[in-house]
Amino acid sequence: MNTLATAQPAPMLRESFIEMPARERARSLLDAGTFRELLGPFDKIESPWLPLQGVVCQADDGCVIARGTIDGEPAVVAAIESAFQGGSIGEVSGSKIAAALELALRDCERGKIVRPVVLFETGGVRLQEANLGLAVIAEIQAAIVALRRHVPVVGVIAGMVGCFGGMSLAAALCSYLVVTKQGRLGMNGPEVIEQEAGIDELDASDRRRVWQLIGGEQRTATALADTLVDDDADAVRAAVRSAFEQGVPAAHRTEQVDVFLDRLARIDPAGVTPENMRDVFNHRTQNESRKEQA
Amino acid sequence: MSDAQLSRGARWFQALAGDSSTQAPVLSGDAPLGGETAHFFSVVPDPANRFPRATDNVVGLEQGWRLARAVRDAIARDEASGTRRPIVAIVDVKSQAYGYREEMLGIHLACAAAVDAYAAARDAGHPVIALIVGPAMSGAFLAHGYQGNRIVALDAPGTMVHAMGKEAAARVTRRTVEALDALGETIVPMSYSMASFAKLGLLDQLIEGVDADAPDAAQIERVRQVLSEQLRSVRDDGRRNLAHRLESEAAQKNRAASIEVRRRLAEQWDAV
Repeated sequence: MNTLATAQPAPMLRESFIEMPARERARSLLDAGTFRELLGPFDKIESPWLPLQGVVCQADDGCVIARGTIDGEPAVVAAIESAFQGGSIGEVSGSKIAAALELALRDCERGKIVRPVVLFETGGVRLQEANLGLAVIAEIQAAIVALRRHVPVVGVIAGMVGCFGGMSLAAALCSYLVVTKQGRLGMNGPEVIEQEAGIDELDASDRRRVWQLIGGEQRTATALADTLVDDDADAVRAAVRSAFEQGVPAAHRTEQVDVFLDRLARIDPAGVTPENMRDVFNHRTQNESRKEQA
Repeated sequence: MSDAQLSRGARWFQALAGDSSTQAPVLSGDAPLGGETAHFFSVVPDPANRFPRATDNVVGLEQGWRLARAVRDAIARDEASGTRRPIVAIVDVKSQAYGYREEMLGIHLACAAAVDAYAAARDAGHPVIALIVGPAMSGAFLAHGYQGNRIVALDAPGTMVHAMGKEAAARVTRRTVEALDALGETIVPMSYSMASFAKLGLLDQLIEGVDADAPDAAQIERVRQVLSEQLRSVRDDGRRNLAHRLESEAAQKNRAASIEVRRRLAEQWDAV
Protein backbone atom coordinates (compact mmCIF):
# COMPACT_ATOMS: atom_id res chain seq x y z
CA MET A 1 0.00 0.00 0.00
CA ASN A 2 2.76 2.34 0.94
CA THR A 3 4.67 1.93 -2.30
CA LEU A 4 1.52 2.37 -4.29
CA ALA A 5 0.70 5.59 -2.45
CA THR A 6 4.11 7.09 -3.00
CA ALA A 7 4.35 5.95 -6.59
CA GLN A 8 1.20 7.83 -7.55
CA PRO A 9 0.57 11.54 -7.29
CA ALA A 10 -1.35 12.39 -4.16
CA PRO A 11 -5.10 12.33 -4.88
CA MET A 12 -6.92 15.66 -4.68
CA LEU A 13 -8.45 15.65 -1.25
CA ARG A 14 -11.85 17.14 -0.97
CA GLU A 15 -12.76 18.44 2.42
CA SER A 16 -16.37 17.64 3.25
CA PHE A 17 -18.36 20.70 4.28
CA ILE A 18 -21.25 18.63 5.59
CA GLU A 19 -19.07 16.82 8.09
CA MET A 20 -17.82 20.05 9.66
CA PRO A 21 -19.44 21.34 12.83
CA ALA A 22 -20.90 24.86 12.66
CA ARG A 23 -17.79 26.58 14.01
CA GLU A 24 -15.55 25.00 11.37
CA ARG A 25 -18.04 25.75 8.64
CA ALA A 26 -17.98 29.42 9.58
CA ARG A 27 -14.20 29.41 9.74
CA SER A 28 -13.89 27.77 6.34
CA LEU A 29 -16.08 30.42 4.66
CA LEU A 30 -14.08 33.35 6.01
CA ASP A 31 -10.69 34.40 4.63
CA ALA A 32 -7.89 32.41 6.26
CA GLY A 33 -6.92 33.75 9.66
CA THR A 34 -9.78 36.24 9.95
CA PHE A 35 -12.28 34.13 11.95
CA ARG A 36 -13.33 35.81 15.20
CA GLU A 37 -16.21 34.33 17.15
CA LEU A 38 -18.72 36.58 18.93
CA LEU A 39 -20.68 35.38 21.94
CA GLY A 40 -18.71 32.17 21.98
CA PRO A 41 -19.01 29.30 24.45
CA PHE A 42 -16.99 31.20 27.08
CA ASP A 43 -19.60 33.95 27.14
CA LYS A 44 -22.00 31.25 28.26
CA ILE A 45 -25.28 32.75 27.15
CA GLU A 46 -27.48 29.69 27.36
CA SER A 47 -31.14 28.98 26.91
CA PRO A 48 -33.06 30.08 30.00
CA TRP A 49 -35.89 27.69 29.10
CA LEU A 50 -34.27 24.30 28.56
CA PRO A 51 -33.10 23.72 32.19
CA LEU A 52 -36.69 24.26 33.36
CA GLN A 53 -37.57 21.22 31.28
CA GLY A 54 -34.66 19.04 32.29
CA VAL A 55 -32.79 19.52 29.00
CA VAL A 56 -29.02 20.07 29.14
CA CYS A 57 -27.89 23.40 27.68
CA GLN A 58 -25.02 24.11 25.35
CA ALA A 59 -22.81 27.14 26.03
CA ASP A 60 -23.36 28.58 22.55
CA ASP A 61 -27.00 27.44 22.30
CA GLY A 62 -26.18 25.74 19.01
CA CYS A 63 -25.38 28.86 17.05
CA VAL A 64 -21.99 30.29 16.07
CA ILE A 65 -21.61 33.95 15.10
CA ALA A 66 -18.28 34.79 13.50
CA ARG A 67 -16.83 37.94 12.03
CA GLY A 68 -14.01 38.09 9.55
CA THR A 69 -13.63 38.92 5.90
CA ILE A 70 -14.80 37.33 2.66
CA ASP A 71 -12.63 38.29 -0.30
CA GLY A 72 -11.19 41.00 1.92
CA GLU A 73 -14.60 42.54 2.67
CA PRO A 74 -15.99 42.67 6.23
CA ALA A 75 -18.36 39.76 6.80
CA VAL A 76 -20.44 38.02 9.41
CA VAL A 77 -21.37 34.35 9.34
CA ALA A 78 -24.21 32.86 11.40
CA ALA A 79 -23.87 29.08 11.51
CA ILE A 80 -26.46 26.81 13.08
CA GLU A 81 -25.12 23.67 14.76
CA SER A 82 -27.28 20.71 13.81
CA ALA A 83 -25.75 18.53 16.53
CA PHE A 84 -27.48 20.54 19.26
CA GLN A 85 -31.25 19.98 19.42
CA GLY A 86 -31.41 19.37 15.68
CA GLY A 87 -30.41 22.94 14.93
CA SER A 88 -33.71 24.10 16.36
CA ILE A 89 -34.20 27.82 16.95
CA GLY A 90 -34.54 28.88 20.56
CA GLU A 91 -34.65 32.34 22.08
CA VAL A 92 -30.85 32.61 22.36
CA SER A 93 -29.73 30.88 19.16
CA GLY A 94 -32.32 32.79 17.13
CA SER A 95 -31.57 36.11 18.81
CA LYS A 96 -27.89 35.63 18.00
CA ILE A 97 -28.74 35.37 14.31
CA ALA A 98 -31.22 38.27 14.42
CA ALA A 99 -28.80 40.48 16.37
CA ALA A 100 -25.91 39.72 13.98
CA LEU A 101 -28.06 40.66 11.00
CA GLU A 102 -29.35 43.80 12.78
CA LEU A 103 -25.78 44.92 13.49
CA ALA A 104 -24.80 44.24 9.89
CA LEU A 105 -27.78 46.40 8.88
CA ARG A 106 -26.68 49.17 11.23
CA ASP A 107 -23.21 49.16 9.66
CA CYS A 108 -24.62 49.08 6.13
CA GLU A 109 -26.87 52.05 6.91
CA ARG A 110 -23.73 53.90 8.01
CA GLY A 111 -22.14 53.11 4.68
CA LYS A 112 -19.99 50.27 5.98
CA ILE A 113 -20.99 47.20 4.05
CA VAL A 114 -20.89 43.88 5.92
CA ARG A 115 -21.40 40.67 3.97
CA PRO A 116 -23.88 38.41 5.78
CA VAL A 117 -23.96 34.61 5.39
CA VAL A 118 -26.43 32.31 7.15
CA LEU A 119 -25.70 28.58 7.34
CA PHE A 120 -29.11 26.97 7.72
CA GLU A 121 -29.22 23.59 9.39
CA THR A 122 -32.48 23.53 11.26
CA GLY A 123 -35.82 21.89 11.74
CA GLY A 124 -37.29 25.28 12.69
CA VAL A 125 -38.69 26.37 16.04
CA ARG A 126 -37.34 24.63 19.15
CA LEU A 127 -40.57 23.32 20.62
CA GLN A 128 -39.38 23.70 24.22
CA GLU A 129 -39.21 27.46 23.57
CA ALA A 130 -42.15 27.45 21.20
CA ASN A 131 -43.48 31.01 21.05
CA LEU A 132 -40.11 32.65 21.56
CA GLY A 133 -38.62 30.51 18.79
CA LEU A 134 -41.38 31.73 16.48
CA ALA A 135 -40.90 35.34 17.61
CA VAL A 136 -37.16 35.37 16.95
CA ILE A 137 -37.69 33.79 13.54
CA ALA A 138 -39.99 36.72 12.66
CA GLU A 139 -37.18 39.03 13.80
CA ILE A 140 -34.60 37.18 11.68
CA GLN A 141 -36.92 37.53 8.69
CA ALA A 142 -37.41 41.25 9.31
CA ALA A 143 -33.65 41.74 9.46
CA ILE A 144 -33.02 39.83 6.22
CA VAL A 145 -35.60 41.89 4.31
CA ALA A 146 -34.12 45.17 5.59
CA LEU A 147 -30.51 44.11 5.09
CA ARG A 148 -30.69 42.71 1.57
CA ARG A 149 -31.39 46.16 0.13
CA HIS A 150 -27.82 47.05 0.98
CA VAL A 151 -25.93 43.83 0.41
CA PRO A 152 -26.81 40.32 -0.76
CA VAL A 153 -27.78 38.02 2.10
CA VAL A 154 -26.37 34.62 1.21
CA GLY A 155 -27.86 31.42 2.61
CA VAL A 156 -26.25 28.00 2.55
CA ILE A 157 -28.11 24.72 3.07
CA ALA A 158 -25.48 22.00 3.14
CA GLY A 159 -27.22 19.19 5.02
CA MET A 160 -27.75 16.76 6.53
CA VAL A 161 -30.55 18.25 8.62
CA GLY A 162 -31.72 20.66 5.92
CA CYS A 163 -33.86 23.73 6.49
CA PHE A 164 -37.48 23.54 7.61
CA GLY A 165 -40.27 25.35 9.41
CA GLY A 166 -40.17 29.11 9.80
CA MET A 167 -36.49 29.09 8.91
CA SER A 168 -37.34 27.85 5.42
CA LEU A 169 -39.08 31.20 4.95
CA ALA A 170 -35.93 32.95 6.16
CA ALA A 171 -33.92 30.96 3.62
CA ALA A 172 -36.39 31.91 0.89
CA LEU A 173 -35.86 35.58 1.75
CA CYS A 174 -32.11 35.33 1.12
CA SER A 175 -30.72 36.97 -2.00
CA TYR A 176 -28.93 33.79 -3.03
CA LEU A 177 -29.19 30.21 -1.83
CA VAL A 178 -26.28 27.80 -2.14
CA VAL A 179 -27.26 24.15 -1.65
CA THR A 180 -25.74 20.70 -1.89
CA LYS A 181 -27.54 17.60 -3.13
CA GLN A 182 -27.83 16.59 0.50
CA GLY A 183 -29.40 19.89 1.58
CA ARG A 184 -33.18 19.71 1.78
CA LEU A 185 -35.41 22.78 1.83
CA GLY A 186 -39.08 22.69 2.75
CA MET A 187 -41.60 24.32 5.04
CA ASN A 188 -43.06 21.16 6.50
CA GLY A 189 -40.79 18.19 7.00
CA PRO A 190 -41.86 14.89 5.40
CA GLU A 191 -42.83 13.45 8.79
CA VAL A 192 -45.05 16.44 9.51
CA ILE A 193 -46.80 16.09 6.14
CA GLU A 194 -47.36 12.40 6.71
CA GLN A 195 -48.72 13.09 10.18
CA GLU A 196 -50.99 15.96 9.17
CA ALA A 197 -52.15 14.77 5.76
CA GLY A 198 -51.79 10.99 5.92
CA ILE A 199 -49.43 8.48 4.39
CA ASP A 200 -51.27 8.63 1.05
CA GLU A 201 -50.18 12.26 0.76
CA LEU A 202 -46.53 11.47 1.46
CA ASP A 203 -44.74 8.41 2.81
CA ALA A 204 -41.95 9.99 4.84
CA SER A 205 -39.99 6.74 4.81
CA ASP A 206 -39.77 6.82 1.00
CA ARG A 207 -36.46 8.62 1.02
CA ARG A 208 -35.98 8.70 -2.71
CA ARG A 209 -39.33 10.42 -3.18
CA VAL A 210 -38.49 12.92 -0.46
CA TRP A 211 -35.13 13.83 -2.05
CA GLN A 212 -36.78 14.23 -5.43
CA LEU A 213 -39.30 16.56 -3.82
CA ILE A 214 -37.22 18.88 -1.65
CA GLY A 215 -33.56 17.94 -2.21
CA GLY A 216 -30.96 20.49 -3.28
CA GLU A 217 -30.77 19.23 -6.85
CA GLN A 218 -34.52 19.62 -7.40
CA ARG A 219 -34.60 23.01 -5.66
CA THR A 220 -31.85 24.27 -7.95
CA ALA A 221 -33.40 22.78 -11.09
CA THR A 222 -36.67 24.55 -10.29
CA ALA A 223 -34.93 27.87 -9.49
CA LEU A 224 -36.00 27.81 -5.84
CA ALA A 225 -32.27 27.74 -5.04
CA ASP A 226 -29.47 29.34 -7.03
CA THR A 227 -26.30 27.27 -6.91
CA LEU A 228 -25.83 23.54 -6.51
CA VAL A 229 -22.40 22.61 -5.19
CA ASP A 230 -20.63 19.40 -4.25
CA ASP A 231 -20.03 18.62 -0.61
CA ASP A 232 -16.66 20.32 -0.80
CA ALA A 233 -15.56 23.20 1.43
CA ASP A 234 -13.73 24.89 -1.46
CA ALA A 235 -16.79 24.67 -3.68
CA VAL A 236 -19.08 26.13 -1.00
CA ARG A 237 -16.63 28.96 -0.36
CA ALA A 238 -16.36 29.72 -4.09
CA ALA A 239 -20.14 29.74 -4.50
CA VAL A 240 -20.59 32.13 -1.56
CA ARG A 241 -17.94 34.50 -2.93
CA SER A 242 -19.45 34.41 -6.37
CA ALA A 243 -22.88 35.23 -4.91
CA PHE A 244 -21.50 38.39 -3.31
CA GLU A 245 -19.80 39.32 -6.56
CA GLN A 246 -23.18 39.26 -8.30
CA GLY A 247 -24.43 42.02 -6.02
CA VAL A 248 -27.98 42.70 -4.92
CA PRO A 249 -30.41 41.14 -7.43
CA ALA A 250 -32.73 43.47 -9.37
CA ALA A 251 -35.69 41.62 -7.87
CA HIS A 252 -35.46 39.09 -5.09
CA ARG A 253 -37.36 35.85 -5.54
CA THR A 254 -39.96 36.87 -2.94
CA GLU A 255 -40.54 40.15 -4.81
CA GLN A 256 -41.36 38.43 -8.10
CA VAL A 257 -45.00 38.04 -7.19
CA ASP A 258 -46.52 38.12 -10.67
CA VAL A 259 -43.91 35.71 -12.01
CA PHE A 260 -44.78 33.12 -9.40
CA LEU A 261 -48.55 33.70 -9.54
CA ASP A 262 -48.27 33.09 -13.27
CA ARG A 263 -46.24 29.93 -12.78
CA LEU A 264 -48.70 28.65 -10.23
CA ALA A 265 -51.57 29.33 -12.64
CA ARG A 266 -49.79 27.24 -15.29
CA ILE A 267 -49.50 24.25 -12.95
CA ASP A 268 -52.13 21.55 -12.97
CA PRO A 269 -52.39 20.48 -9.33
CA ALA A 270 -53.71 17.07 -10.30
CA GLY A 271 -50.90 16.18 -12.66
CA VAL A 272 -47.88 18.04 -11.36
CA THR A 273 -44.74 16.03 -10.57
CA PRO A 274 -41.24 17.10 -9.49
CA GLU A 275 -40.12 16.34 -13.07
CA ASN A 276 -42.76 18.18 -15.10
CA MET A 277 -42.76 21.11 -12.69
CA ARG A 278 -39.33 21.96 -14.11
CA ASP A 279 -40.98 23.01 -17.39
CA VAL A 280 -42.64 25.90 -15.59
CA PHE A 281 -40.27 26.57 -12.69
CA ASN A 282 -36.73 27.07 -14.00
CA HIS A 283 -33.90 29.57 -14.24
CA ARG A 284 -34.61 30.33 -17.88
CA THR A 285 -38.06 31.79 -17.27
CA GLN A 286 -36.76 33.46 -14.12
CA ASN A 287 -34.02 35.26 -16.04
CA GLU A 288 -36.47 36.42 -18.67
CA SER A 289 -38.81 37.81 -16.07
CA ARG A 290 -35.96 39.56 -14.27
CA LYS A 291 -35.10 41.31 -17.50
CA GLU A 292 -38.72 42.36 -17.94
CA GLN A 293 -38.85 43.84 -14.48
CA ALA A 294 -35.55 45.63 -15.02
CA MET B 1 -71.96 31.68 2.28
CA SER B 2 -74.57 32.46 4.92
CA ASP B 3 -73.73 34.80 7.74
CA ALA B 4 -73.72 31.99 10.30
CA GLN B 5 -70.99 30.17 8.37
CA LEU B 6 -68.62 33.08 8.10
CA SER B 7 -65.18 32.38 9.47
CA ARG B 8 -63.92 34.82 12.07
CA GLY B 9 -61.46 36.20 9.54
CA ALA B 10 -64.33 36.90 7.13
CA ARG B 11 -66.67 38.23 9.83
CA TRP B 12 -64.15 40.72 11.18
CA PHE B 13 -63.12 41.77 7.70
CA GLN B 14 -66.75 42.53 6.93
CA ALA B 15 -67.20 44.33 10.26
CA LEU B 16 -64.13 46.54 9.84
CA ALA B 17 -63.70 46.91 6.09
CA GLY B 18 -67.02 46.01 4.47
CA ASP B 19 -66.85 44.47 1.00
CA SER B 20 -63.68 42.93 -0.35
CA SER B 21 -62.14 43.97 -3.64
CA THR B 22 -60.58 40.52 -3.97
CA GLN B 23 -62.05 37.05 -3.69
CA ALA B 24 -61.32 34.25 -1.23
CA PRO B 25 -58.88 33.09 -0.01
CA VAL B 26 -57.48 36.61 0.46
CA LEU B 27 -59.82 39.50 1.22
CA SER B 28 -58.65 43.07 0.84
CA GLY B 29 -60.29 46.43 1.12
CA ASP B 30 -59.95 49.99 2.33
CA ALA B 31 -61.92 51.54 5.16
CA PRO B 32 -61.68 54.50 7.56
CA LEU B 33 -59.58 54.10 10.69
CA GLY B 34 -58.61 56.80 13.15
CA GLY B 35 -59.14 59.63 10.68
CA GLU B 36 -57.16 57.84 7.98
CA THR B 37 -57.99 55.21 5.39
CA ALA B 38 -56.53 51.83 6.21
CA HIS B 39 -55.89 48.79 4.03
CA PHE B 40 -57.40 45.62 5.55
CA PHE B 41 -56.40 42.06 4.67
CA SER B 42 -57.75 38.71 5.79
CA VAL B 43 -57.23 35.06 4.87
CA VAL B 44 -60.50 33.12 4.72
CA PRO B 45 -61.60 29.58 3.81
CA ASP B 46 -61.74 28.90 0.08
CA PRO B 47 -63.64 25.64 -0.50
CA ALA B 48 -63.03 25.85 -4.26
CA ASN B 49 -59.25 26.34 -4.04
CA ARG B 50 -57.35 24.46 -6.76
CA PHE B 51 -55.11 22.99 -4.09
CA PRO B 52 -57.16 20.54 -2.02
CA ARG B 53 -54.94 20.88 1.03
CA ALA B 54 -55.54 24.62 1.16
CA THR B 55 -59.32 25.04 1.25
CA ASP B 56 -59.60 25.99 4.92
CA ASN B 57 -58.36 29.12 6.70
CA VAL B 58 -54.75 28.09 6.16
CA VAL B 59 -51.89 29.77 4.33
CA GLY B 60 -51.01 27.74 1.26
CA LEU B 61 -49.41 28.54 -2.08
CA GLU B 62 -52.11 30.83 -3.44
CA GLN B 63 -52.79 32.44 -0.08
CA GLY B 64 -49.12 33.37 0.33
CA TRP B 65 -48.65 34.79 -3.14
CA ARG B 66 -52.05 36.55 -3.19
CA LEU B 67 -51.36 38.16 0.17
CA ALA B 68 -48.07 39.39 -1.25
CA ARG B 69 -49.89 40.74 -4.32
CA ALA B 70 -52.59 42.49 -2.27
CA VAL B 71 -50.15 44.09 0.19
CA ARG B 72 -47.80 45.17 -2.59
CA ASP B 73 -50.75 46.68 -4.51
CA ALA B 74 -51.55 48.73 -1.41
CA ILE B 75 -47.93 49.90 -1.17
CA ALA B 76 -47.94 50.81 -4.86
CA ARG B 77 -51.17 52.82 -4.55
CA ASP B 78 -49.56 54.99 -1.87
CA GLU B 79 -46.18 55.31 -3.51
CA ALA B 80 -46.92 58.33 -5.67
CA SER B 81 -48.96 60.25 -3.10
CA GLY B 82 -46.37 60.10 -0.35
CA THR B 83 -49.00 59.08 2.19
CA ARG B 84 -48.32 55.78 3.89
CA ARG B 85 -51.70 54.46 4.85
CA PRO B 86 -51.98 51.94 7.67
CA ILE B 87 -52.29 48.22 7.02
CA VAL B 88 -54.35 45.91 9.21
CA ALA B 89 -53.88 42.14 9.00
CA ILE B 90 -56.93 40.36 10.40
CA VAL B 91 -55.50 37.09 11.65
CA ASP B 92 -57.52 33.86 11.78
CA VAL B 93 -55.17 31.24 10.34
CA LYS B 94 -55.00 27.80 11.85
CA SER B 95 -51.84 26.62 10.07
CA GLN B 96 -49.85 26.59 6.90
CA ALA B 97 -51.12 24.09 4.31
CA TYR B 98 -49.62 20.65 4.76
CA GLY B 99 -49.28 18.81 1.46
CA TYR B 100 -47.04 17.09 -1.06
CA ARG B 101 -47.79 19.61 -3.82
CA GLU B 102 -47.36 22.50 -1.43
CA GLU B 103 -43.81 21.42 -0.64
CA MET B 104 -43.03 20.67 -4.27
CA LEU B 105 -44.19 24.07 -5.50
CA GLY B 106 -42.46 26.00 -2.75
CA ILE B 107 -44.95 26.89 -0.05
CA HIS B 108 -41.95 28.16 1.92
CA LEU B 109 -41.38 30.75 -0.81
CA ALA B 110 -45.07 31.66 -1.04
CA CYS B 111 -45.19 32.32 2.71
CA ALA B 112 -41.88 34.19 2.52
CA ALA B 113 -43.34 36.41 -0.22
CA ALA B 114 -46.11 37.43 2.19
CA VAL B 115 -43.55 38.03 4.96
CA ASP B 116 -41.56 40.17 2.55
CA ALA B 117 -44.59 42.21 1.46
CA TYR B 118 -45.62 43.05 5.02
CA ALA B 119 -42.01 43.80 6.04
CA ALA B 120 -41.55 45.95 2.95
CA ALA B 121 -44.73 47.87 3.82
CA ARG B 122 -43.49 48.46 7.37
CA ASP B 123 -40.05 49.49 6.15
CA ALA B 124 -41.67 51.91 3.70
CA GLY B 125 -43.48 53.65 6.56
CA HIS B 126 -46.90 52.00 6.51
CA PRO B 127 -47.98 51.31 10.09
CA VAL B 128 -48.74 47.57 10.08
CA ILE B 129 -51.06 46.23 12.79
CA ALA B 130 -52.02 42.60 13.33
CA LEU B 131 -55.46 41.97 14.83
CA ILE B 132 -55.73 38.39 16.09
CA VAL B 133 -59.36 37.20 16.07
CA GLY B 134 -58.75 33.43 15.88
CA PRO B 135 -55.76 31.11 15.80
CA ALA B 136 -52.45 32.67 14.72
CA MET B 137 -50.43 29.57 14.20
CA SER B 138 -46.84 28.97 13.30
CA GLY B 139 -45.83 29.60 9.69
CA ALA B 140 -49.26 30.97 8.87
CA PHE B 141 -48.83 33.76 11.43
CA LEU B 142 -45.29 34.43 10.21
CA ALA B 143 -46.78 35.01 6.75
CA HIS B 144 -49.79 37.00 7.90
CA GLY B 145 -49.36 39.33 10.84
CA TYR B 146 -46.05 38.67 12.57
CA GLN B 147 -44.21 41.42 10.66
CA GLY B 148 -46.52 44.04 12.16
CA ASN B 149 -45.34 47.09 14.11
CA ARG B 150 -48.04 46.24 16.66
CA ILE B 151 -50.00 43.12 17.57
CA VAL B 152 -53.37 43.13 19.33
CA ALA B 153 -55.72 40.24 20.03
CA LEU B 154 -59.26 39.57 21.14
CA ASP B 155 -59.39 37.95 24.56
CA ALA B 156 -61.79 35.24 23.44
CA PRO B 157 -61.93 31.45 23.25
CA GLY B 158 -60.05 30.27 20.17
CA THR B 159 -57.55 33.09 19.87
CA MET B 160 -54.02 31.79 20.30
CA VAL B 161 -50.48 32.12 19.05
CA HIS B 162 -48.26 29.10 18.86
CA ALA B 163 -45.51 27.36 16.93
CA MET B 164 -47.37 24.08 16.62
CA GLY B 165 -50.92 22.83 17.10
CA LYS B 166 -51.48 21.41 20.55
CA GLU B 167 -52.15 17.83 19.49
CA ALA B 168 -49.14 17.70 17.18
CA ALA B 169 -46.89 19.32 19.80
CA ALA B 170 -48.01 16.73 22.34
CA ARG B 171 -47.13 13.91 19.91
CA VAL B 172 -43.75 15.34 18.99
CA THR B 173 -42.69 16.08 22.57
CA ARG B 174 -44.21 12.78 23.77
CA ARG B 175 -46.47 14.47 26.27
CA THR B 176 -50.21 14.44 26.81
CA VAL B 177 -52.22 17.53 25.95
CA GLU B 178 -52.89 17.92 29.68
CA ALA B 179 -49.17 17.74 30.48
CA LEU B 180 -48.52 20.33 27.78
CA ASP B 181 -51.10 22.66 29.33
CA ALA B 182 -49.53 22.18 32.75
CA LEU B 183 -46.10 22.98 31.31
CA GLY B 184 -47.49 26.17 29.81
CA GLU B 185 -48.42 27.31 33.31
CA THR B 186 -44.76 27.48 34.34
CA ILE B 187 -42.91 27.91 31.05
CA VAL B 188 -44.34 31.04 29.49
CA PRO B 189 -43.31 30.54 25.83
CA MET B 190 -44.86 27.05 25.86
CA SER B 191 -48.31 28.30 26.78
CA TYR B 192 -51.16 28.56 24.29
CA SER B 193 -52.97 31.35 26.13
CA MET B 194 -53.02 34.92 24.85
CA ALA B 195 -52.27 36.13 28.38
CA SER B 196 -48.97 34.24 28.29
CA PHE B 197 -48.19 35.56 24.84
CA ALA B 198 -48.67 39.04 26.32
CA LYS B 199 -46.16 38.20 29.06
CA LEU B 200 -43.50 37.82 26.35
CA GLY B 201 -43.92 41.48 25.43
CA LEU B 202 -45.18 40.51 22.00
CA LEU B 203 -48.79 41.60 22.46
CA ASP B 204 -49.55 45.31 22.58
CA GLN B 205 -53.11 44.94 23.76
CA LEU B 206 -55.48 42.19 24.78
CA ILE B 207 -58.99 43.36 23.96
CA GLU B 208 -61.43 42.10 26.56
CA GLY B 209 -65.18 41.77 26.49
CA VAL B 210 -65.63 41.19 22.77
CA ASP B 211 -67.59 38.29 21.29
CA ALA B 212 -65.23 37.06 18.57
CA ASP B 213 -67.97 35.16 16.71
CA ALA B 214 -70.90 37.56 16.99
CA PRO B 215 -69.68 41.02 17.93
CA ASP B 216 -72.24 43.78 18.39
CA ALA B 217 -71.79 47.29 17.05
CA ALA B 218 -70.31 48.62 20.29
CA GLN B 219 -67.74 45.81 20.38
CA ILE B 220 -66.73 46.42 16.78
CA GLU B 221 -66.37 50.11 17.57
CA ARG B 222 -64.20 49.25 20.56
CA VAL B 223 -61.88 47.15 18.36
CA ARG B 224 -61.71 49.99 15.87
CA GLN B 225 -60.80 52.30 18.74
CA VAL B 226 -57.96 50.01 19.83
CA LEU B 227 -56.63 49.82 16.27
CA SER B 228 -56.72 53.64 16.05
CA GLU B 229 -54.77 53.95 19.29
CA GLN B 230 -52.14 51.50 18.08
CA LEU B 231 -51.96 53.36 14.79
CA ARG B 232 -51.26 56.59 16.65
CA SER B 233 -48.64 54.84 18.73
CA VAL B 234 -46.81 53.65 15.60
CA ARG B 235 -47.00 57.10 14.01
CA ASP B 236 -45.69 58.75 17.19
CA ASP B 237 -42.92 56.19 17.54
CA GLY B 238 -41.69 56.72 13.99
CA ARG B 239 -39.43 53.67 13.93
CA ARG B 240 -40.05 51.15 11.21
CA ASN B 241 -38.34 48.10 12.72
CA LEU B 242 -39.46 45.62 15.39
CA ALA B 243 -37.31 47.02 18.22
CA HIS B 244 -40.49 48.02 20.10
CA ARG B 245 -41.07 44.34 20.92
CA LEU B 246 -38.13 44.25 23.33
CA GLU B 247 -38.99 47.38 25.27
CA SER B 248 -42.00 46.62 27.44
CA GLU B 249 -41.75 45.62 31.09
CA ALA B 250 -42.95 42.16 30.11
CA ALA B 251 -40.14 41.83 27.58
CA GLN B 252 -37.55 43.01 30.10
CA LYS B 253 -38.65 40.14 32.29
CA ASN B 254 -39.42 37.27 29.94
CA ARG B 255 -37.17 38.15 27.01
CA ALA B 256 -34.17 39.10 29.08
CA ALA B 257 -32.01 36.68 27.08
CA SER B 258 -33.04 38.27 23.76
CA ILE B 259 -32.03 41.66 25.13
CA GLU B 260 -28.80 40.37 26.66
CA VAL B 261 -27.74 38.68 23.40
CA ARG B 262 -28.20 41.94 21.50
CA ARG B 263 -26.37 44.01 24.11
CA ARG B 264 -23.34 41.75 24.32
CA LEU B 265 -23.13 41.01 20.63
CA ALA B 266 -23.04 44.76 19.98
CA GLU B 267 -20.18 45.09 22.48
CA GLN B 268 -18.16 42.45 20.68
CA TRP B 269 -19.12 43.44 17.16
CA ASP B 270 -16.10 45.56 16.40
CA ALA B 271 -12.76 44.09 17.43
CA VAL B 272 -11.07 46.05 20.22
